[in-house]
Amino acid sequence: MVTLLINGHTSVTPAGAPGPGPWVPVSQMAALTGWDLKPEGACLGERCVPIPPGRSDEFEREGWFNMAALAAHLGQPLAEDAETETWCIGEAPADRATALNSAIAPDFRLPDYRGTEYTLSQFRGRKVFLVSWASW
Amino acid sequence: MWQALTEELADTGLTIVAVALESRGLDAALPYIEAANPTYPCLVDRQHVVAELFGMVNVPTAVWINEEGRIVRPPEPAGTNDAFRKMDPATGRLAAEDRQALRDERQRYLDGVRDWARRGDESPWALDEAVVRSRLARPRGEHELARVHFRLGEHLWELGHGDRAQAHFAQAVRLHPESWAYRRQALDLEQQGKSMGREYWEAVTALGDRHYYPPIIAPES
Repeated sequence: MVTLLINGHTSVTPAGAPGPGPWVPVSQMAALTGWDLKPEGACLGERCVPIPPGRSDEFEREGWFNMAALAAHLGQPLAEDAETETWCIGEAPADRATALNSAIAPDFRLPDYRGTEYTLSQFRGRKVFLVSWASW
Repeated sequence: MWQALTEELADTGLTIVAVALESRGLDAALPYIEAANPTYPCLVDRQHVVAELFGMVNVPTAVWINEEGRIVRPPEPAGTNDAFRKMDPATGRLAAEDRQALRDERQRYLDGVRDWARRGDESPWALDEAVVRSRLARPRGEHELARVHFRLGEHLWELGHGDRAQAHFAQAVRLHPESWAYRRQALDLEQQGKSMGREYWEAVTALGDRHYYPPIIAPES
């Protein structure tokens, strides 16, 4: 049983993968990972990444898709805990650098202490003093 | 402190948003929030998402964002400095002159916040876009890898795999040694209170001449 943390999803993948690692059934790929497999390639929202020609076997096999192969192809950071069979895939540094180039604050969504959800962007039109703290 | 400032600057169009970087979640943060009795938003960030998005490596760290959503001051220590390092770890005692140095720094910084709240982009505390861009930390491969190890560790800790969690926190600290948030959160999850214990002070001492809280970029007075 493999657990995969990706794009805000925490997904337990079903049994029967064709190999070791974070393989997901193509039919459940969007729900489990946010990525979807389309004719033009692997797509996350508007963005589609073609599967490299001649290497489709590394990515897709018997109706399953290998998220680790996609992460390696995109230069996304990947961490694995072998003991608990847990994988975590992040964003490629190049994607994040583009976001920071504009000096526009990246948006986020978090709950407050009463459970009310806030986004940074809801304060557009006001000055925001965003300050971190911790109990530790 | 932030509640008083919220009330003082209520008519300036400034919102203070506090984010608790707290993998223990609300249990750890709530006593402090209740004591502050805040009217400003107090968010709880178990996965340190905000720290990672903005490149905050310690607390308290603040980012100033103008009405258009543009960062006008990159992450910097929010009204504190390295004078705290003179503290006696055993007693928490600090000499009078060091206490004064901390008060002065806080005063200077809060005066900066007040000036910006009232004058907006006209304030010399609001930095030009080019200056901000040059000072925002560029994501680096090892820091991105640190993020996924921290995220994985936090997930495993929540599931009760404390030892496996610490293995990944150690990777995160090794890959991003400047992040005191990773380091101290990991110590805290190992054992509450440990984040201010011997290992912490040894790591601070090991900085030598390097800063724990880098000096802020203040306008010339």
